[in-house]
Amino acid sequence: MDWGHLLALDTLPQLLKGAAVTLKITLMTAVLAFILSFVVGFLRLVPNRWVRRLVTAYVEILRGTSAIVQLFYLFFILPAFGLSLPPTATAVIGLGLNLSAYGSEVVRAGILAIGKGQHEGAAALGLNRVQTYRLVILPQALVAMLPSFGNLLIELVKATSLVSLITITELTFSGRQMVVTTGRSVEIWTWVMLLYFAMAYPLTWVVRGAERYAARYR
Amino acid sequence: MFSFEFLIRILPDLLRGLVVTVEATLGGFALALIVGLALALGRRSGVRALRLFCDGYIALMRCTPLLVQLYFVFYVLPSYGIRFPALMTGILCLGLHIGAYIAEVYRAGIDGVPDGQWEAARALGLKPYALWTRVVLPQALPPMIPPLGNFLIGLFKETPLLAAITVVDIFGAANNVAGLTYRYNEPYTAAAVILLAVSLIAAYFVRKLERRFDRTASGQSG
Repeated sequence: MDWGHLLALDTLPQLLKGAAVTLKITLMTAVLAFILSFVVGFLRLVPNRWVRRLVTAYVEILRGTSAIVQLFYLFFILPAFGLSLPPTATAVIGLGLNLSAYGSEVVRAGILAIGKGQHEGAAALGLNRVQTYRLVILPQALVAMLPSFGNLLIELVKATSLVSLITITELTFSGRQMVVTTGRSVEIWTWVMLLYFAMAYPLTWVVRGAERYAARYR
Repeated sequence: MFSFEFLIRILPDLLRGLVVTVEATLGGFALALIVGLALALGRRSGVRALRLFCDGYIALMRCTPLLVQLYFVFYVLPSYGIRFPALMTGILCLGLHIGAYIAEVYRAGIDGVPDGQWEAARALGLKPYALWTRVVLPQALPPMIPPLGNFLIGLFKETPLLAAITVVDIFGAANNVAGLTYRYNEPYTAAAVILLAVSLIAAYFVRKLERRFDRTASGQSG
């Protein structure tokens, strides 16, 4: 029996190339979303009411419409306004903005969860605002945020499959291509599922580890 | 750049799509409730193989994208001679996918019933059926309702993916308009606004439910 043919092993190199693109987009988006999450999360806590309203609208709009709709919006409509981005940039910006709406909630909740006593203690020590956040609030808040960020990262790995619909040759797109050229849908979709699983499942261990670490820290 | 006249012309198509979106959401959610319950009970069972199967199923569903699951069912099942209409495939996948998340809601709800309640029910000699319907579920169900509402909204926001397997939901309808007319702004903007409106209204009701069940929960404990 020809195992290589039975398992469609000849399609694997192409799929692995797609998986590499998936990882690349995941990483770039994660960095962008992480930074934006902090910017947006902090802006939701400023005293100015209009800034807060604007940022709340940003979060509600991005969470209230689907990521795929947002990607199509960037991909098809921005060019009509004369703003053409390469597809990869569209993907990273689209997914990054979407994820930052969820991430900013994690940041906000993490900072609000730090007790008033910590702020008062820092003030009593004569720390200024920046020092208070850098030395007292953030080190504690970051640990508490870790598990939620881990879960968002798992969601992100899966969400990158959406960018196959805006012509990026990542894992899902490679799968579709290989099915069209070889016609072997069962084997190829099974491989695609397994490759996603291999990328996302180890992250669940990381999340569990982060949960334990955060629990011990408290 | 943005023509309201054109928007009004395509609106009936989009609203027909919205009906399909709602059908997919409700159908998928009903199935997810059943799948989630089966998984939650399976994980509590005394049979080790069943527990492992449920854990594996949940991990697989949570660690692979819904889009790939849709392709899998849509393109693989027909090669075994099993054929569903696209919308049925979509509902099936949504239910199987979200069910893996909902299992956790059931688990938290059931584990939230204090040990003393179980012990008291057993001490009264209640049979398993009475124990579940008279003691455990009346206490476990209300706290589950707000998180279940959030999953319903989440599922609603996943339905545009069904357009990838040829379902003409609201997003599919917008795609069709865009493909036929090469005008992208109106259909996608309208689809986004309608999705946003529905999910904001739904979120408002979920928040109301949350407050209501918070009060009853604190009322019981007090």
